[in-house]
Amino acid sequence: MSAEIMTTDNTPLTEDDVRRIVKEEVGAALKKDPGMKTGAIVASKGTLDWAYPPLILANAAAAVGMDVSVFFTFYGLNVVHKDFEKKLKVDPVGNPAMPMPVPMPDLVTAMPGMVTLASKMMKKRFSDHKVAGIGELIDSALEMDVRLIACQMTVDVFGYDQADFLDGVEFGGAAAFMAEARKSNLTLFV
Amino acid sequence: MSDITEDVLVDARELMCPMPVMAATKAARRMDPGQVLKVMATDKGALSDIPAWAESNGHELIEQLTVGSDLVFFIRTGTPD
Repeated sequence: MSAEIMTTDNTPLTEDDVRRIVKEEVGAALKKDPGMKTGAIVASKGTLDWAYPPLILANAAAAVGMDVSVFFTFYGLNVVHKDFEKKLKVDPVGNPAMPMPVPMPDLVTAMPGMVTLASKMMKKRFSDHKVAGIGELIDSALEMDVRLIACQMTVDVFGYDQADFLDGVEFGGAAAFMAEARKSNLTLFV
Repeated sequence: MSDITEDVLVDARELMCPMPVMAATKAARRMDPGQVLKVMATDKGALSDIPAWAESNGHELIEQLTVGSDLVFFIRTGTPD
């Protein structure tokens, strides 16, 4: 079955007209797609090195105009804990990718005090390169209206209290996060 | 040198990713559409970040130049959608 559609000046639509109209309409619809503008990131790690990626990516996503939520769960709670400066450390044991001033066997990196030393070294290296600190990245994210959501279940399991977390942090469950994530084209698990 | 005059200057020299775009974003939010934002950076990542950031936000990169180790971008702010 076919029907001839007439244009306003009473000439039949050509194939090119149809292609152009479809392209315009699809383009306009895609621009309205909320998924393009929404991002959802899970931050599951609680070490200094792994605290950076979710925060940097959340800030960058906000900068390109996206609404972003970061869901901090399990050890990721360390990142938004009021004591994050003390809690975020890096352990050279079992981390062969970590640059060391001199090559060290695991037996040496496992010595007491090495975690503190490695954490200090990493903080210094980052600040020498003028990389923003974790606190600065969190402040920036909040200023950009990034939602920082702490997983309530792990808050309870680890014996924390909501008051232990930074101002501006929200609390929610996996389903609340999924409600955000399902609308997002961008979903990252860190 | 450029003959463009900026309305707002963001000096993001020495800052590393993602701070140059964060500084640019915060400045652009306070500007009127059509005004010119000048961003100065030294992080080489800005070479790809600032153009991508401008395009994503509907801003127009009108000029980009390198002065010594400084990367300089002139951006005409767009209308937020």
